[in-house]
Amino acid sequence: MRELIFLSFIIGAGTGGELCVSRAMKSLGEVHDFRPVALLQFVSRAARVGWMWAGVGLMTVAFFSLLAMLSMENVSFVVPVTALSYAAGAAGASVFLRERISKQRWLGVLVVCIGVTLVWLSRR
Amino acid sequence: MKTAPGLHIKTYIFILFMVFFAPLGNVLLSKGMKGIGSAKNWDLSEPLPVLMRILTSGYIWLGIACLLTFFVAYMLVLTWADYSYVQPASAFSYLVVAVLGLLLLGEKVNVLRWGGIAVICVGVFIVGRTHPRTTEKT
Repeated sequence: MRELIFLSFIIGAGTGGELCVSRAMKSLGEVHDFRPVALLQFVSRAARVGWMWAGVGLMTVAFFSLLAMLSMENVSFVVPVTALSYAAGAAGASVFLRERISKQRWLGVLVVCIGVTLVWLSRR
Repeated sequence: MKTAPGLHIKTYIFILFMVFFAPLGNVLLSKGMKGIGSAKNWDLSEPLPVLMRILTSGYIWLGIACLLTFFVAYMLVLTWADYSYVQPASAFSYLVVAVLGLLLLGEKVNVLRWGGIAVICVGVFIVGRTHPRTTEKT
């Protein structure tokens, strides 16, 4: 039961964190200047966006959930199963960021889900 | 994107770094966490002792260092290579993590798991071949 809870935190909090960071980055705009001073100014602006902190917080929860999961299961099981985040990411980007997800991307997500199911079944 | 041969070699080297260091980081985290003990036995009402054992594990910090190396390589390669070129290549990391788990941790990987991992790699490759931008440029 704990495995499922930690896995849902890895997928849910990890994907939620990435979506929050993505939303924060989009509000800041595209980076054109890669000089160190300009990058530091960019990081400073990013640190003032609430979505960024929400994202970092969620990604921290996901990281510690990954550690907990790795204490219980083999790494060759845990890491492939976390590929489910592609499905959560596509669904989240579609709803939360209003991105258009192409049929090809949904097909890829479906194939990933089939692969994750096979890996999950390999536990027995 | 530039097409100079030197740039191609640099791109391959950085992608190799990505595909190696992310799985190695996860394997080291796994090694460290196995030494700390299963989360099934953790007393979640008192997280501090577990947290201290995690933060004082050398394998955990080595794992984090590998994941940071991956992240820096990933960020750097994206400054000159297209995301749609880099992302599919990262699909191989799922295969590498199983190989490293087998070789370094002695994990048993059965045929069904190898098959599942191969299917995941194909799926990630398909996702990576789609256009990275799906919304109007603002």
